[in-house]
Amino acid sequence: MSKKILEMHDLKRDFIVGSETVHALKGVSFDVEEGEFMTIMGSSGSGKTTMLNILGCLDKPSGGSYILDGTDVKNLNRDELARFRNHKIGFVFQSYNLLARTTALENVELPLLYNSAVSSSERRERAMHALDSVKLADRYGHMPNQLSGGQQQRVAIARALVNEPVMILADEATGNLDTRTSYEIMSLMQELNTKQKKTIVFVTHEPDIAAFSSRTVTLRDGLLVKDVKNEHVKNAAEALASLPQTEDYHS
Amino acid sequence: MKLLNLIKLSLRALTRNKLRALLTMLGIIIGVAAVITMMSIGKGSQQSIESSLSNMGSNLLTIVPYNNVAGGARVQGSSVQSLTIEDVNALAQQSTHLSAISPIAQSSGQVIKGSLNWPTTIQGVAPDILDIRKLSLKDGTMFGDDEVRSSAKVCLLGQTVIDNVFEPGENPVGQTIRFNKIPFEVIGVLNPKGQNTFGQDQDDIVIAPYTTVQNRISASQYFQNIVASAKSEAESDPASEEISGILRQTHRLRRDQDNDFTVRTQADLINTLNATSNMLTTLLTVIAGISLLIGGIGIMNIMYVSVTERTKEIGLRMSIGARGIDILMQFLIEAVVISVSGGIIGVVVGISASLIVAHTLGWPTLISEASIVISFFVCALTGVFFGYYPAQKASMLDPIEALRYE
Repeated sequence: MSKKILEMHDLKRDFIVGSETVHALKGVSFDVEEGEFMTIMGSSGSGKTTMLNILGCLDKPSGGSYILDGTDVKNLNRDELARFRNHKIGFVFQSYNLLARTTALENVELPLLYNSAVSSSERRERAMHALDSVKLADRYGHMPNQLSGGQQQRVAIARALVNEPVMILADEATGNLDTRTSYEIMSLMQELNTKQKKTIVFVTHEPDIAAFSSRTVTLRDGLLVKDVKNEHVKNAAEALASLPQTEDYHS
Repeated sequence: MKLLNLIKLSLRALTRNKLRALLTMLGIIIGVAAVITMMSIGKGSQQSIESSLSNMGSNLLTIVPYNNVAGGARVQGSSVQSLTIEDVNALAQQSTHLSAISPIAQSSGQVIKGSLNWPTTIQGVAPDILDIRKLSLKDGTMFGDDEVRSSAKVCLLGQTVIDNVFEPGENPVGQTIRFNKIPFEVIGVLNPKGQNTFGQDQDDIVIAPYTTVQNRISASQYFQNIVASAKSEAESDPASEEISGILRQTHRLRRDQDNDFTVRTQADLINTLNATSNMLTTLLTVIAGISLLIGGIGIMNIMYVSVTERTKEIGLRMSIGARGIDILMQFLIEAVVISVSGGIIGVVVGISASLIVAHTLGWPTLISEASIVISFFVCALTGVFFGYYPAQKASMLDPIEALRYE
């Protein structure tokens, strides 16, 4: 049995809105093992976003426990949480969140700037390596506005990889992209998962994206309603090849 | 994040908004330039006062008559007649702190030479005057005690008088001029000294033995004042007290009577003048300081705008591992970079303005290193002070909220 990356036990998160208490998560438990590619599904209001914030150590649970890579997040203060995010988690956002007027390479270097153990030459080397693994090494000097949406998301993935986190946490990472580009991103994710053994947690509401993952957890009204292993993982590269060719696009 | 990276980051943020950064700096630039210019003008005039006074002799003592008549109409000190040759002799014989002494009998009149004439002042003095006033001869000789004893009709001329009554290139030495109808032989020419601090032309002068002026021109046995040199600058104060003691005896003043003369040391004069110029400098610096304050508020304003504008960037930085202190430092250093760059530009502008003032208006200026160093630190402090609150606001943002900010 492989190592558990995260353990979530009876996780609860309440928000106090005015005089009312909103129970966004009402006791969710699941584990993620190293090398898993898991999707979290759920419609809006299901507690998906709250779950994502807690998984990303941006928020702390009100009850229950969340242990990431052997550390209970509940015991960490604000600065320790920041450091923890820096070392353990690679974020990929729906809207890419690249810094404008900053080159792809510098965007990828960003997490390492907040890691004082990394020297500037090592930072550059690791950022180039990460760009290479998303096949954008030749575009390192480009600004975000000189890149397509898919390329921008690949830069964001490189940024998530550069600190060698234990988990990549993607939030609707294909939400802003067309089908073809979405499949490209999913194909990249699958490659990172199988070849580089990266653990990926992917939050989405699109079932066809979930089909590319090895496991799907479904949330509804703050509760876990389904946790299924995907026996027939769709291959994104094949799905991409089967899409009708368009002439106006060439990656 | 390392300091060097933070500085690079803030420089880049500023170059992206060049015009905005420049406008923000403007308050600081004007403030610092004003401080530097004001201080350089203040220091310059102070230095020129000091140097021209010490040029007059820093150990100079001046004794002037002083009207102490209680009640009734008081008259101007210079028209009071109390200083005589007995005072001079008593001081010369009894004092231990004085190295030179000369009475001054002054009279104004017209210098005539051929068809040219010039209104000026003749000063009747003793030969010691050269040491006391730090005068030197350009040509000819100084009169001695013999000429004083015989009330000889000899004189020395200052450059302004020569320029006005002699043809260019003419040698005045050996020639005869008339002062109020009385002929004088010119025996020497004084080196030019230029204007003094008060704008008086120190070269518009005729000097002659005091006996000559007293006996042949003013027909008065009194002196307008007596000047003396203390043996050193440090002896000025004891010399001043000694003079008072001697003169009280020669003037036969009773214990309860006030002095009928005043002894002024050069240090008194320097202090009085400096007090005025210091006050002016302080006032100007305060005004300049206020413009620095306004510049600082400008920085604070723009930093708040910048924080709001970059909320999403802050959220991203936090989500990938920036701690509150990292964000705080980022914005704080940006504010300091703005204020310090403004300070550097302000120093350059201030130095240029001082040079322009010195060059075009002919005012004395002195750019002191202290004013540059002080304004530089004040700028950095302004940046920290006014940048802190916006930076702190940024560092306290909730990453979840900040990321969602549109």
